[in-house]
Amino acid sequence: MAEFTFTTEQQQLRTAVRKFNAENFTEPTVRQLMESKVAYDPAVWRRLGTELGVLGMSVPEVDGGVGGSLVDQAVAVEEFGATLSCGPLFGTVYLAVPALVACPTGAARGDLLAALIDGDRTAAFAVPDTAGVFAEDATVTVAAGGTGDAVVLTGKTARVVDATMADVFLVAARGSDGVGLYAVDAADVALTPLVTMDLTRPQADIEFSDSPARLLAGPAEADRVINHALQVGAVLLAVEQVGAAQHLLDLSVQYAKSRLQFGRQIGSFQAVKHKLADMLVDLEHARSAAYHGVWSLSEGTDDPALAASIAQAICSAAFSRIAADTIQVHGGIGFTWEHQAHLYFKRAATDAALLGSAEQHRARVADLVLDAATIDELPPIAVGVA
Amino acid sequence: MTTAIDADQVAKIAEEVVAEHDPKQVPLPDFLGACFDAGLSWVHFPEGLGGLGASRGLQGVADEILQGAGGPVPLGLNPMGYGMAAPTVREHAQSEDIKKFFLRPLATTEDIWCQLFSEPGAGSDLAGLATSAVRDGDGWVINGQKVWTSLAHKARWGLLLARTDTDAPKHKGLTYFILDMHAPGVETRPLRQMTGQAEFNEVYITDARIGDTHRLGGVGDGWRVAMTTLMNERSALGASGSRRGAGTIAEAVALWAARPDLHTPVMRDRLAALWLRAEAQRLTSERSRASATAGDPGPEGSIGKMVGAELNQKIYQFCMDLLGPEGILYHGYAMHGSHRDGDWRGPIQQRYLRSRANTIEGGTSEVMRNILGERVLGLPGDLRADAGMPWKDVPRG
Repeated sequence: MAEFTFTTEQQQLRTAVRKFNAENFTEPTVRQLMESKVAYDPAVWRRLGTELGVLGMSVPEVDGGVGGSLVDQAVAVEEFGATLSCGPLFGTVYLAVPALVACPTGAARGDLLAALIDGDRTAAFAVPDTAGVFAEDATVTVAAGGTGDAVVLTGKTARVVDATMADVFLVAARGSDGVGLYAVDAADVALTPLVTMDLTRPQADIEFSDSPARLLAGPAEADRVINHALQVGAVLLAVEQVGAAQHLLDLSVQYAKSRLQFGRQIGSFQAVKHKLADMLVDLEHARSAAYHGVWSLSEGTDDPALAASIAQAICSAAFSRIAADTIQVHGGIGFTWEHQAHLYFKRAATDAALLGSAEQHRARVADLVLDAATIDELPPIAVGVA
Repeated sequence: MTTAIDADQVAKIAEEVVAEHDPKQVPLPDFLGACFDAGLSWVHFPEGLGGLGASRGLQGVADEILQGAGGPVPLGLNPMGYGMAAPTVREHAQSEDIKKFFLRPLATTEDIWCQLFSEPGAGSDLAGLATSAVRDGDGWVINGQKVWTSLAHKARWGLLLARTDTDAPKHKGLTYFILDMHAPGVETRPLRQMTGQAEFNEVYITDARIGDTHRLGGVGDGWRVAMTTLMNERSALGASGSRRGAGTIAEAVALWAARPDLHTPVMRDRLAALWLRAEAQRLTSERSRASATAGDPGPEGSIGKMVGAELNQKIYQFCMDLLGPEGILYHGYAMHGSHRDGDWRGPIQQRYLRSRANTIEGGTSEVMRNILGERVLGLPGDLRADAGMPWKDVPRG
């Protein structure tokens, strides 16, 4: 479909996910899950896979998927962002599934993909990135050893998002012939859970010691596969940011209409109204950039690297600003543990840091756009002569 | 009701027009007249009034063919005419004959139009304006002063908002007229601005007469009619080119590329941030174009107007900061109109000065934020000290 135009089916999908979220990811449920030992409900996750089919929407039918598009996936992710839906979305849906789809066909890939889509298993992406890009020499610290089918991995990967919820890790490891992408079962990995600022998006340090691994993509393919996954991950993260930011704007507008001070609604004060107007503009910009990123990767309407960086540069900044201003509009209540604003503020801080900050993506946009700029038409410059 | 006209039919009509009236050969008014007669001036207008009764979104189909064949951008030739007068006349003039009388010469650009809204005492609070219209037989007698009137010196007709009832609250006492700019008692003087140029005029109106047939909408209904004009103005100002990197940002990027000797990491980051803001707004315009299949311009135009205005200022500020001491020279303050030889926007320094008006003209950014807050987000209006008060009792100064 043309860029920015959602089909009727996609609108129905949005309604269905919204309904599911309203029943399964209420604020009390999210708070209860985030303070649990494992911060999600595997039964609900399985329903997302089997009932709604939203855990791998762009997986081709031959791989057991529904053969939808990344646009379909984005519709669902936006709704997950709005409710801070708990589960390994980042590790499984944003990164592992796109990586597996891009991997060469093989038994390890096929079995795992089917299990992830159904929600029977979950994955985390233990591939350190450099601002959303895979730069293998700098970051790969895990070594692949052994021979033939008996590959084993040894080494550590720090701060793996969703690790505490994962059944399987996708791991970049260096063997004698270069860096490959491997799958390792969580049972074969030593996990050190970390306390994260955003409790709904947990992390752990993980350590492999002669952990049995299955090869997913060899040195000839790994770089392409991983970078593709990081680009898809960047735009899906951007869409998540849009969903969450929209929720916050709705919340803030509602509060500005109902909160009375000086005998009037605080939304009638221009200081508050103009802040909300600026939040609206940032949100609309973020939505446009995120959707453009999705369509670019799905339909090839733009350079994927540029579109992903535009999306992340704009959406990370927008969500962070909207989350901060949401607290400000709410005043004291917005700073309490009881109010939901902090949950989103912490998600904003987390999302802004993951897969490259707004500043890092802005720097990449500068590389791609400004360094390549040509002088089409230079405006005249006055030199002091009439 | 005939069946809706589709894109193919619009394209076919446009191709016929350019085949029979090659814009590179025939005089401009003939070409634009042919466009009007074929219904391509405003495809969403009714047949006979320069339209086809088609969806508004199909205008682009016609424009692409007409302009692709060498035709002009009519909005640039008669901006108030095409952008504001046409929709207002079409919706509010008293008869089909009057509509036709005004619209065809407007479309051909034989009649240039101007807008007589702002006054020295009524800017953002437009409804507080003081120019009076007093009933006199079958017409009206007008007295007052208007300001910031672009093209008044070339205009044949002016869209005039005047007060017909000083006892009513300010919004209720206004009536909308079309003023003959050649009528006795209408005097136009250039208004010099900080760039040194005079793009705008002041218009002094002393006992000028308007026939009642040149009233748009009912007596006392001027504010509602004016909204038609203003929403179109804002959407016209907010709609910009759709090519990535086009517009004002292209000037900054070209300057950047031309002057590697001035590069610093800090300025590079500033330019990247501006480029991203421009790109985000461009994508937002594309998205709103994709979703607006038809209908009237909505409040989302206010986002484009506001962002574009503030971005313009920041982009030219960037250019000045990049140029440093080179930038603080000028090309002279000899007063001249906007349509000087060459590019009327002048050098970067003039554009920099001119950009200060962007966040004021066509609705200040503060008013734009009120519109976004109240019309899009549904926030309550501010307290108004003059609410319900007869206009004549409202404090002014």
